[in-house]
Amino acid sequence: MPPILEIHDLLVERNRRPVLEVPHLDVLEHETLAVIGPNGAGKTTLLLALSRLLRPARGEIRFRGRPLTAQGELAYRRRLGMVLQHPLLLDLSVFDNVATGLRFRGRPAQHVNVQVETWLEKLGVAHLRRRRARSLSGGEAQRVSLARAFALEPDILMLDEPFGALDAPTRARLLEDFHSLLNTTHITTIFVTHDMDEAFLLGERVAVLLAGRLRQVGSPEAVFNAPADPDIAALVGVETVIPGKVTGPASPSSEAPGGDQLLLIEAGQFQFEAVGQASPGRPVLLCLRPEAVALWADNAGVPLPADQTGGRTSIRNRLRGTIRQLTPQGPLMRVVIDCGFPVVALITRLSAQEMELRPGQPVGASFKATAVHLIPR
Amino acid sequence: MTAIWEGIKQAFVLLVGGDPEVMQITLLSLQISGFATLLSLAIGLPLGTLLALGRFPTRKFWVSLINTGMALPPVVVGLVVSLILWRSGPLGILRMMYTVNAIVVAQLVIATPVVTGLTVSALQSLDPRLQLQLLGLGASRLQMVTAMWREARLPLLAALMAGFGAVISEVGASMMVGGNLLHHTRVLTTAIVLSTSQGDWADGIALSVILLLLAYAVNLVLTWVQQRSAQH
Repeated sequence: MPPILEIHDLLVERNRRPVLEVPHLDVLEHETLAVIGPNGAGKTTLLLALSRLLRPARGEIRFRGRPLTAQGELAYRRRLGMVLQHPLLLDLSVFDNVATGLRFRGRPAQHVNVQVETWLEKLGVAHLRRRRARSLSGGEAQRVSLARAFALEPDILMLDEPFGALDAPTRARLLEDFHSLLNTTHITTIFVTHDMDEAFLLGERVAVLLAGRLRQVGSPEAVFNAPADPDIAALVGVETVIPGKVTGPASPSSEAPGGDQLLLIEAGQFQFEAVGQASPGRPVLLCLRPEAVALWADNAGVPLPADQTGGRTSIRNRLRGTIRQLTPQGPLMRVVIDCGFPVVALITRLSAQEMELRPGQPVGASFKATAVHLIPR
Repeated sequence: MTAIWEGIKQAFVLLVGGDPEVMQITLLSLQISGFATLLSLAIGLPLGTLLALGRFPTRKFWVSLINTGMALPPVVVGLVVSLILWRSGPLGILRMMYTVNAIVVAQLVIATPVVTGLTVSALQSLDPRLQLQLLGLGASRLQMVTAMWREARLPLLAALMAGFGAVISEVGASMMVGGNLLHHTRVLTTAIVLSTSQGDWADGIALSVILLLLAYAVNLVLTWVQQRSAQH
């Protein structure tokens, strides 16, 4: 897929201080690129710079291979559709709000009518067409705002945390509808969010911004399971990071497709197995997502799972510790285990009740070698 | 108390009877102040928009200057405009002194800062991200500005009302640059001053009532437009 937007050496400054640096980023035609990062990471600044609503101090943006110029700015902006976190509807009827962008472009009235009616229908707000925008609920207003952007049939849709201000049920419904619209329209979309679930659901690729710098771009699986550095790991929810050292391959014939190997890693008193690429003696960080860690009550005399299954389990790493903290998270329970270093697991509340977990209790934790992501130190 | 009552009765008689002199003064007041207000709108709306939405180094200085201008004393304006339009002044060649045009100029100087200052405040009361959203929807700069005027139409109408109120009620500037010449430059406020100074309280009160009714009628129309817009 060819890039629709190419960003080279982009630098945005505020009060002569750099707030955004993007050495290189391509946005591919028809893809949904999710831009993630914590608050203040520069996500909105990136969106504003890409839509030419903000002048960068340096750098080049190419649209379909051609560099953007000040002269072509308006024409370029008219190829875009933009949705902000707050809908910012005009004090007009719903119909007129959706028609606004089309009228800015001087589209004939008949075309405006068809587009507005079509997109009001698709976003499920056709019944509100005569209502004043200021009388809408938050969810309705955001649907109208999305209809306003889709009605333009833009080459690129730019969205700045459009679901961030909605309550959970409204957000879930709108997210589902929006996802299905993206799948049917295939509009190139740049979607800014700090919600990892949204990024994972919508993004075909994910770009990570941290402290104003683009740090990683890749598929959601690559970014979430194999973050490039510990900061990204923390952002995408990798809560267990253990410093260790590669001692060698687990066995001489342990090479997996793609050049990965089953490696032995020494971390304090423990030895782990992990799949990855690193030469012996290399210091690494073992990264584990909390949902990859399984727990069992470590009662005296009860053997480890591998022993129970006669060694037929794929779980290769086991360790013991005591529970330091239990924190409910919706239907799940976040468990912090002290194994000499903290290991975080996410289990169901039901499991926690069945195992009668409580702080101070000894437990066993296990995880697969393939669940470990190694970051070279 | 009797004088006030007599004045009110006199106003009724003058209004109902259609006194030609009063009608001419009233119409002239309306024309001069209406025209000055429209001119101030033509200047103050774009200027206020530039100050509200523009980003340039001296912006805050100009806004503070405009805000100060909102409290300009009419006699000071009258004095400055007189000095400029006086025969030996920089614009004396225009021979505008003691003409209707001179009053329009003076009233324009009074109303423009009011309309400009309130335009700045009206546009700055809108969500600052609205500008970005409109541009993001593909608006040209002009389309963006007109959309923002439409969004701020209620406070902008209030700016118009305030501008008209400031000039229809001022007397100092009109007196100094107009000269209060009967059938030429006499407006309601200068006529009231003249009646009062001559001890003709009844006429003074009658003209004051007419002035109040005129100001009320104009503001009633503008308020009606404003509130109709607020309800829809």
